[in-house]
Amino acid sequence: MKNVIISDATLRDGSHALSHQLTREHIAQYCRAADAAGISIVEVGHGNGLGASSLQVGLSLLDDREMLQTARENLSRSRLGIHVIPGFATINNDLRYAFDYGVDVVRVASHCTEADITERHISYTREQGKEAYGVLMMSHMAPKEVLLDEALKMQSYGAEAVILMDSAGAYLPVDVLDRVGHLAASLKVPVGFHAHNNLGMGVANSVAAVEAGARIIDGASRGFGAGAGNAQLEVIVAVFERLQIKTGIDLYKALDAADIVEKTIMAAIPYISSVSLVSGLSGVFSGFAKHVGLAAREYGVDPRDIFFELGIRKVVGGQEDKIVEVAMELQDRKRRG
Amino acid sequence: MDKLKVAILGSGNIGTDLLYKVLRSSWLECSLFIGRNLSSKGMSRALTLGVAVSDKGIQCIQDNPGSCDIVFDCTSAMSHNIHAPILAELGIIAIDLTPAKLGPFCIPAINLDACLNDVNINMITCGGQASIPLAYVIGQTQKDVEYIEVVSTIASKSAGPATRLNLDEYIETTEKGVKMFSGCGRAKAILNLNPAEPCIDMQTTVYAKMPRVDLPALQQGIAEMVQKIQQYVPSYKLVIPPTYENNRVIMSVRVKGIGDFLPSYAGNLDIINCAAIAVAEEFAKNRGKGREAQ
Repeated sequence: MKNVIISDATLRDGSHALSHQLTREHIAQYCRAADAAGISIVEVGHGNGLGASSLQVGLSLLDDREMLQTARENLSRSRLGIHVIPGFATINNDLRYAFDYGVDVVRVASHCTEADITERHISYTREQGKEAYGVLMMSHMAPKEVLLDEALKMQSYGAEAVILMDSAGAYLPVDVLDRVGHLAASLKVPVGFHAHNNLGMGVANSVAAVEAGARIIDGASRGFGAGAGNAQLEVIVAVFERLQIKTGIDLYKALDAADIVEKTIMAAIPYISSVSLVSGLSGVFSGFAKHVGLAAREYGVDPRDIFFELGIRKVVGGQEDKIVEVAMELQDRKRRG
Repeated sequence: MDKLKVAILGSGNIGTDLLYKVLRSSWLECSLFIGRNLSSKGMSRALTLGVAVSDKGIQCIQDNPGSCDIVFDCTSAMSHNIHAPILAELGIIAIDLTPAKLGPFCIPAINLDACLNDVNINMITCGGQASIPLAYVIGQTQKDVEYIEVVSTIASKSAGPATRLNLDEYIETTEKGVKMFSGCGRAKAILNLNPAEPCIDMQTTVYAKMPRVDLPALQQGIAEMVQKIQQYVPSYKLVIPPTYENNRVIMSVRVKGIGDFLPSYAGNLDIINCAAIAVAEEFAKNRGKGREAQ
């Protein structure tokens, strides 16, 4: 029987879906439920992680400290995790205090070709005696050989696992087998996978990842996450049970946690809207969905055109300002006929 | 009139690109190009260009104190901490392109004249040279600015190993500069690296949170500022004009490099070099004025 660690992105990736407006009550209630279900790692924070509350990506309702404190108070068994992107969060401004609030696992992320910017944040986390994972975001944008080189760098900095993120929801199961398999065969540390559901593949891709050797799987309760949402955590737990993959999670309690998210936190259940489908096809960061919707309305252009244009320009996470620029250009093109 | 003699300390990408810019200047002359390894790419370029070179580091200036009036320091913050007192002792002006932050911050379009009284001038960061002038105009023309944010996206290939290892220092130094020049107490800097091929040009977006805007004053101030910067960075271009939406101002500039030694997509490196040259040329012009007056 295989053992897999489930890392819960609900209160971090779900922030994108709520335009980063999570409340203390949301965090407290969900953390208690996740803890009761026995979920290994519970992430909390702004959608782009620590120090990312910004006009570029969206301002958080609560500051990072309030979010971490509330989560910590309501977790006893589950470990508290954070997402950290160097370029947004610095060690002095952000990471230093996160440890005072009892963070256990730091997931240090970069665009999939830029792992060397994670070196200091990973080392610092290890020096504090905490667990550090490396995270390669938008991993559909680089071939598997490049992903392995980048993952090896993270491993050399001290990362204790490397997570491939399908941030755009662009993978099919065959891509997962190929890429996760390639990393799992060559890394000393465990490999993880983070799925989005833009092409309806979230759970299938998570199964493929475990088949290919992944030992950490990210999910979100009721799929609460950016764009079309994440791989649905309670479905993963149920399917893994069927496949005799051990997660240590109590299914009934995971279902209760998902019901809490649906009834008390989310404004709408994530689904594959026409626009998120296009987002996945064009390989654009799922977290852009809300911004693209706003810009499309503001400038009177088709959100699908914005996504395809962003895809052509190979825009990466963090480049939300490009959305406004592209919308303005499309509007201009439209006016000129 | 004789050109002002400058030495370039550091023969990496920044130093070598600066050399081309000095050679083009009608006010400056490169008297020494100094590195540590005669066979490096930068050194062989300098030799081909007929410039005097040395592999002795700062020692070379100590041995020939009359060789230059200004030194561009393109080494590292740690090295500059050692170089600065030596240069000050010799009466040589240091234009510091490292993040050592010993001297006052300089943005030529804002405070060039004020910096001419100092012997050590810091060029802040590449993103700072692009964004701070815009933040300054916001501070000058608007009331009740609550928060300013500057976001730069640069081509992955234009970010060398030192930049990557020093992202935190980049962010903190840029934030300090934004606060200082805009007068706004809250600021944030963000940096993205984009690996797309062909490489993207540097783009910098400035946001400001404020309850209301004086758009005509902002537009006029920004137009004037962009013109001033274009005098030393010709390709500095406004791509999103100041726009007010949802209680925030947004504007964006793109910077293409001149393409001297560095490729033209490396606008981020070009802009800090152009700014450093502008400072040195101003020293040269003022020295000229001083002589005429005598």
